[in-house]
Amino acid sequence: MNFLAQIGRMFLLFLESTGRIAVFAVSSLSHCVRPPFYPRLIGRQMVDIGYYSLPVVALTTLFSGMVLALQSYSGFARFQAESAIATVVVLSITRELAPVLAGLMVAGRIGASMAAEIGTMRVTEQIDALTTLSTNPYKYLIAPRILAGLTMLPLLVLVGDIIGVFGGYIVSIYKLGFNPATYVKQTFDYLETIDVVSGLVKAGAFGFIVTLMGCYHGYNSRGGAQGVGVATTNAVVSAAILILIFNYVITELFFAR
Amino acid sequence: MSTESPKIKIRDLHKGFGSKQVLKGVNLDVGRSESLVVIGGSGTGKSVLLKSVLGIIHPDRGSIEVDGEDVVHLSARERERVNTKFGMLFQGGALFDSLPVWENVAFGLIQGKRMPRSEAKVIALEKLASVGLGADVGELWPAELSGGMQKRVALARAIATEPEIIFFDEPTTGLDPIMADVINGLIVECVRRLGASALSITHDMSSVRKIADRVAMLYNGQIIWVGPVADIDNSGNEYVDQFINGRAEGPIQMQVRG
Repeated sequence: MNFLAQIGRMFLLFLESTGRIAVFAVSSLSHCVRPPFYPRLIGRQMVDIGYYSLPVVALTTLFSGMVLALQSYSGFARFQAESAIATVVVLSITRELAPVLAGLMVAGRIGASMAAEIGTMRVTEQIDALTTLSTNPYKYLIAPRILAGLTMLPLLVLVGDIIGVFGGYIVSIYKLGFNPATYVKQTFDYLETIDVVSGLVKAGAFGFIVTLMGCYHGYNSRGGAQGVGVATTNAVVSAAILILIFNYVITELFFAR
Repeated sequence: MSTESPKIKIRDLHKGFGSKQVLKGVNLDVGRSESLVVIGGSGTGKSVLLKSVLGIIHPDRGSIEVDGEDVVHLSARERERVNTKFGMLFQGGALFDSLPVWENVAFGLIQGKRMPRSEAKVIALEKLASVGLGADVGELWPAELSGGMQKRVALARAIATEPEIIFFDEPTTGLDPIMADVINGLIVECVRRLGASALSITHDMSSVRKIADRVAMLYNGQIIWVGPVADIDNSGNEYVDQFINGRAEGPIQMQVRG
């Protein structure tokens, strides 16, 4: 009986958290489209999320593209399908790897720092101070971060797509001995607009998830340094899980026949 | 207190967290241009009372009026309008780490009153000067300041918009006695110069004697005594006597073990 009660309690807690996050998300989005706007803060967050995440996303997608070409070759060579490598690399990178890896890397880098920064502001009463200074914390702290996440992740993924495909090209040409012109032709032959667009839509969704989780957990952190630590962990873990779940949902929406 | 309507009027204010009732029917008035200090032990709900007036905490029951307007049920936008009347000095300063000192002081002017940054900076530096800090401090970051300097900056921020009501949350906590006296002196000077009403909470009795016109004692979620600061030593209330003399023996029993 106790065991069942425990399951029931956990389920209720889960529903409560989901409801809270949904209310927070709707409230945050509504503040994104209503004035006052803070262009200076939005710009700062765009630089932080977009520009400073570029090296980590570039390295991740570069090596993913490289290893993808290598793995595909060793597998496809068993049934003489090496010519499919360029297509496999470009589709895997644009549809899946670039958005998911960029989302996860940005969750680690940006989600954690947002939760820590906003959480510290919460426990040191800086968020209360904003309220007393006639400034809505949702507009000042949350909306700029969410707007920056929504716009910067697609740009990062677009760059990641190019670098990832380039990684596959380097390995295919310089290590596996492919013909450069043929490889480039094969890359573009089977690539469709929807492949890139679906990845960019995913990136926008992941940018929203990462910034929302960072802001939500930071904003609701309690109890000093330990509370901020817990908020940071929760922000990264919940963002990573939601990215993987929504990755499936969006793939289903775009490609399920 | 004068006979005109109070600046802040609190009636039957209740607030609980889970099963714990912190405020159990608080009634309190803060007069115009009056400095009222609420005293009471740790955990008696002083901060909850202050945050309820500021709109940071939503009370369960009761009313809070500012200039005759009920502020408990305001929308977020209306609350922002009412908050332009307020200035607040937080216990830990609550300065924004990501902004230089001058921008912290000018924050209410730039964001709240939409003043151009250059104009707001001039006023911020004037306010810093009024709390004894030079223009060079304005370019520093909050983390570079000592505790006393942070309190001064926080005071400058609280008065920058020339508010009608200023709130002080434990203004001398964590300061040495001399710096505490300096801060108390600045509070008195700033409040008088602005002609503002002030609502403070503290358990520092030297601070109470210096900044208060009237004193109210909060105990067990209710105001148990209110009177002029001059009467505090002859309040005739054994709870107040025990508190202001800092005696362990008396009607207030501190829970030493859980």
